[in-house]
Amino acid sequence: MPRVRTKPDLQDRLGALMVRVGIRRMAHLVVPGLYCVGQPDPASPVLVTANYKLSFDALRFALHGASAWILVLDTRGVNVWCAAGKGTLSTAEVVRRVQSSRLAEVVSGRELVLPQLAATGVAGFKVRRATGFSVAWGPVRAADLPAFLAADRQADEPMRRVTFTLAERLVLAPVELALALKPLAAALAVAFLLGGVGPGVFSLGAAAARGTWLGLALLGGVLLGCVGLPALLPWLPGRLFSLKAGLLGLAGGALLALLAPAGGLERLGLVLVATAVASWLGMNFTGCTPYTSPSGVEWEMRRAMPAQALALLAGVAAFVVGAF
Amino acid sequence: MKNFRYLEDKATLALDRDLCVGCGACATVCPHGVPVIAEGKARLADPGACMECGACAMNCPTGAITVTPGVGCASYIVSAWLHQAGLQRKGPGCC
Ligand code: SF4
Ligand code: SF4
Repeated sequence: MPRVRTKPDLQDRLGALMVRVGIRRMAHLVVPGLYCVGQPDPASPVLVTANYKLSFDALRFALHGASAWILVLDTRGVNVWCAAGKGTLSTAEVVRRVQSSRLAEVVSGRELVLPQLAATGVAGFKVRRATGFSVAWGPVRAADLPAFLAADRQADEPMRRVTFTLAERLVLAPVELALALKPLAAALAVAFLLGGVGPGVFSLGAAAARGTWLGLALLGGVLLGCVGLPALLPWLPGRLFSLKAGLLGLAGGALLALLAPAGGLERLGLVLVATAVASWLGMNFTGCTPYTSPSGVEWEMRRAMPAQALALLAGVAAFVVGAF
Repeated sequence: MKNFRYLEDKATLALDRDLCVGCGACATVCPHGVPVIAEGKARLADPGACMECGACAMNCPTGAITVTPGVGCASYIVSAWLHQAGLQRKGPGCC
């Protein structure tokens, strides 16, 4: 039985950083199976988690000074909530892992503590039927586990509610940015080409000068949609993400238009492009929040996407026509 | 979470109180406190806060509470549309 440390060392911290930015993600999988912390006896609690390094680490570091069993499921290295939503953290996986680890021979209790956010993929009453182990739903955050265990498996209201703090929002921004990078590179190339279009032939000088401003509008839209929106989410007006982010893009685009040595049409183009790009990327952030319903997102997308497409096309057209 | 709310009245969440046996599982697992137990049965106290995660329905032993769960992610929805329209061969997916 592997006993794991409950205090992070340098390697843990470096590994956590690499997982976050996506370097060699799969090299940081935790091998599924039974682990322990401290000196557990057969009556010690059994805590279940995903084999995503950060989920596993959050759990073991929260258990510093305690004795417990940790059952690690095979969720293909995905965190608890996403794995439960995608079906890899499922009733079947819990049942399989309880049986393959021969948990019933190791512990005397017949209870598993699962993180509450696993409930999307796991039916507690079915686990009990299949294994004889009942499921106690632990708190949303591993940090609350000691209090939960001390209170005899009782979680108070805040322990049961998801939060979306500034830190929790900003941690997602690098992923969003990384996803936007490839399309951005392609768009910048197009911006350079469009910048060179003008009266007469294609001009490299114009491409560099004008293309840079169009590129800045694109870049601004990406930054505002991917970082600005998550950072300012609770303070931006309205509930629609496309609108919140669009307003940010509008403000950024307007600032750029004021600075650009350009005509009215070109300025309008810059504003429209920045608004459309920020709005689209901001709307994508709905996938990362813990409070947007898919039905709501689909409703929003059906209304926002035509406007975003129109703004982008009109913006590019205005910018190109403005050169003549 | 009170300062984060998305669109009201869009979620597909429904409760059939006749089927409910008041076990309380839905109220325990919901990350937004949408169902609560009152007078021995579940009641939808705040349906507008539902994010359609499906945890309540998954853990309801009688099928009293139902919801169409899904991934609330724009790229997933676009990919599902493309798939439906026959423009994308493989099933919908995203991250
Ligand atoms: S689907 Fe999720 S958010 Fe909605 S009521 Fe059920 S558990 Fe709560
Ligand atoms: S889980 Fe189902 S049966 Fe239990 S309280 Fe909720 S609705 Fe009623």
